[in-house]
Amino acid sequence: MGDDSDIIKHERIVFVTVGTTCFDALVRALDSPEVKRELFKKGYTHLLIQIGRGSYIPTKTNGEDGCVAVDYFTFSSSIAERLRSASLVISHAGSGSIFETLRLGKPLIVVVNEDLMDNHQSELAEELAERKHLFCARPQTLYNTIKDMSLETLIPYDPGDGRPVAKLINRYLGFPED
Amino acid sequence: MEKGFDKWTSDMGPSVYIFLVGSIIGIIVMRVLYVIYRSSKPLRIVSPKPLSTLIVLGSGGHTAEMISLLSVLQEDRFSPRFYIAAATDNMSLQKARVFEDSLAGKGVVVVNAQFMQIYRSREVGQSYLTSVGTTLVAIAHALWIMIKLRPQVLLCNGPGTCVPLCVIAFVFKVLGIRWSSTFYVESIARVRKLSLSGLLLYKLHMADQFFVQWPQLRRKYPRAHYVGCLM
Repeated sequence: MGDDSDIIKHERIVFVTVGTTCFDALVRALDSPEVKRELFKKGYTHLLIQIGRGSYIPTKTNGEDGCVAVDYFTFSSSIAERLRSASLVISHAGSGSIFETLRLGKPLIVVVNEDLMDNHQSELAEELAERKHLFCARPQTLYNTIKDMSLETLIPYDPGDGRPVAKLINRYLGFPED
Repeated sequence: MEKGFDKWTSDMGPSVYIFLVGSIIGIIVMRVLYVIYRSSKPLRIVSPKPLSTLIVLGSGGHTAEMISLLSVLQEDRFSPRFYIAAATDNMSLQKARVFEDSLAGKGVVVVNAQFMQIYRSREVGQSYLTSVGTTLVAIAHALWIMIKLRPQVLLCNGPGTCVPLCVIAFVFKVLGIRWSSTFYVESIARVRKLSLSGLLLYKLHMADQFFVQWPQLRRKYPRAHYVGCLM
């Protein structure tokens, strides 16, 4: 069967997360032969999809015929471990998922859900894409984004913090400067 | 004498009542303008004491951003802390508990933080007709909570649950029940447009300090403070 550590060393996992939402359009786009083959061509071995509240169930495969192996689950209390072991992350446009991924320094494709009523989420994804911290796509354009993406063009995201806010709050309330 | 008063009011007719009502409205408007003016300036306190703080959490990225802010505030200045989340939000209070536990680890003296839930005005997808009823329930619940807690500081970053609480806090200031400072940080997900909560609180001048995380919003809303990204 081979050494387990060899298999793990050669694993390049694409982890997909939709948070607590339902994003069937994304899961469906990922479950297509073209996307799976393109990911394999780019050197990825596994596609792990967190489908959240979605109703579309992807087909689990072992990954033969020049294709990635596909697996899925619905929820997990913390996806931090999954993000850490991923070589590429594909995420819905929720700010929590986006920043958790960027802070880990992982290459990220954000897919905007066009079925959402109030799509303010796309503002954040587009702004960060403009700043080259991630790639932004829609379910229909996911295949082309994967095909054309070059990870070297991504600029690492420098995490922010609440210190400027804290400073102003403290000053307003009359607390001495730290 | 009474006959004279009655004659006077019946002679004047409705004018007396219009004058009385007008005066009351005038006084309220002056008071509101004064509260807004005072709130735009920092508190004038010589040696500040710890302030009771209401922290409004929300699903999605809201709670994570709030925790990011809380972790750089000195906890002994904002004490006791009351965390509040919508009744249907399962994760936020849990995250807040984890955060408070981590404070105990740092040797901070933790006055027991409180965690509570509030009814939501409207669930996603709820019909607007039933929303009228649930909004009234939410407002009543918010009033109950605010009367109990009367916090001195409110920290919010966007979820709809914060609007009734902030409005009630403002009314308490106008009525002299409790002076408080409301700090509103617009969510990091809002780059070009404010959320509905943010827009309401900004236009009504109900936040003492209004913070935005992206420069585009600072240009559109000049009274906001640009503080960069929290995450």
